[in-house]
Amino acid sequence: MIPFAYSRPGGATEAVEAVTDDPGAVFLAGGTNLVDHMKLGVASPTTLVDVRAVVGAGIEELPGGGVRIGAGMTNSELAAHPVIRRRYPLLSSALLAGASGQLRNMATTGGNLLQRTRCVYFQDVTTPCNKREPGSGCSALEGHGRDNAVLGASDQCVATHPSDMAVALLALDAEVHVLGPAGERRVPLADFHRLPGAEPERDTVLEHGELITAVELPAPLTEARSAYRKVRERASYAFALVSVAALVRVRGERVVDARIAFGGVAHAPWRARRAEEVLRGRPVTETAFRVAAEAEFAEARTGRDNAFKVPLAVNTCAAVLRSLTGVNE
Amino acid sequence: MDTTITLTVDGERHELTVDTRTTLLDALRDGLGVYSPKKGCDHGQCGACTVLLAGRRVLACLALAVAHDGAEVTTASGLGKGDDLHPVARAFLDHDGFQCGYCTPGQICSAVGMLAEADQEWPSHVTEDLDAPVEIDDAEIRERMSGNICRCGAYPGIVDAIREVSR
Repeated sequence: MIPFAYSRPGGATEAVEAVTDDPGAVFLAGGTNLVDHMKLGVASPTTLVDVRAVVGAGIEELPGGGVRIGAGMTNSELAAHPVIRRRYPLLSSALLAGASGQLRNMATTGGNLLQRTRCVYFQDVTTPCNKREPGSGCSALEGHGRDNAVLGASDQCVATHPSDMAVALLALDAEVHVLGPAGERRVPLADFHRLPGAEPERDTVLEHGELITAVELPAPLTEARSAYRKVRERASYAFALVSVAALVRVRGERVVDARIAFGGVAHAPWRARRAEEVLRGRPVTETAFRVAAEAEFAEARTGRDNAFKVPLAVNTCAAVLRSLTGVNE
Repeated sequence: MDTTITLTVDGERHELTVDTRTTLLDALRDGLGVYSPKKGCDHGQCGACTVLLAGRRVLACLALAVAHDGAEVTTASGLGKGDDLHPVARAFLDHDGFQCGYCTPGQICSAVGMLAEADQEWPSHVTEDLDAPVEIDDAEIRERMSGNICRCGAYPGIVDAIREVSR
């Protein structure tokens, strides 16, 4: 780790200024991803600006029925919060599927969104990686590729975003509140994480100095049932090979509305707009669920090690939809 | 860059000077000679460094000491008083919840933290109904302790120990 300065600003504006004015500065919250990457030499900030005390750490219920979640709230407190458990159980389920009890006690809402999209090569400084060192090449294309993305990847980067929380937030139409040098702005979570394209070093649309202050959820979808299912190599404490967050509203044996997002398949949490479109108005049948999920993965590109992800994602999606609608296999 | 911070560790207040790069784990072990939190992977993957920070279990290897100025830290050795062991530590002895013992202080802190979380009705990944009262069965213990790895494979004894204390 290279030497760095540490500061604890008195307010969010001061924090934004401190990072904006210093190209080597980054925000520190729970530190579970950043400190690890600093130890590995993947991240080398020269200043850490600690924002845990300057962003909110609670939940505010909004007039329209939505909630505003302070960016500093820990993953465990968010998952256990009565309002979230009762009104957004999908979010609690996703949070509880991620990391370990200790990490959830440290990691924050804002930090979870800003954890790096990554693969084993990104974290190994002895190997080429376009995300870590632009232009150096992608080791994952020909290397260990089991975790590689199947949707929206580029020849520059095939890493996947590991968050569970973000997958649920995406299905819930969350919006990210950002404070930057130019003031406040709101970014729909659907536009927040980037696909790698020719700039795999950029995981999100945030500019240097922009700070996540809160995440806002609209009022829960009425009459909807929801579930988060994560498929991984072991029963707990592992990243998803594939995960599915789904909300479905059914009336008269037909899908009125479906919101579906996938984790583990792309550089960003993946909203399945095409599958949602295919499902709308369809009868609730196993066939309809499979057709919808297959449509989402029609343009999937797979390599030597990760072809299994496409049938796994389709099967998992169909299974979640079956369980939510009571359809038998 | 050196900074002077204050840590209260197992009830004792200390002032110490640390480099900003020093983790809470290194501050405890190398700075204060508190050796019960162990350095396993040093990357947040094994749980051997688990301590209680203001009562919540965290990984000391991923916490920067400078970011925890003024914190109250409890390590496994501070849970009991000499031979007067904490019930969780006693149960680990009674149920053979360890072999080599390296992961044990982290396991014990994690178990104490997770039992407090369960007391506060925090759900887990295997909790069927997020609205119902939390009941700690073996599946809940395994899931909630999944951040603590035991290379000796003492898991059956660890589950037995925690089950006993949870009742």
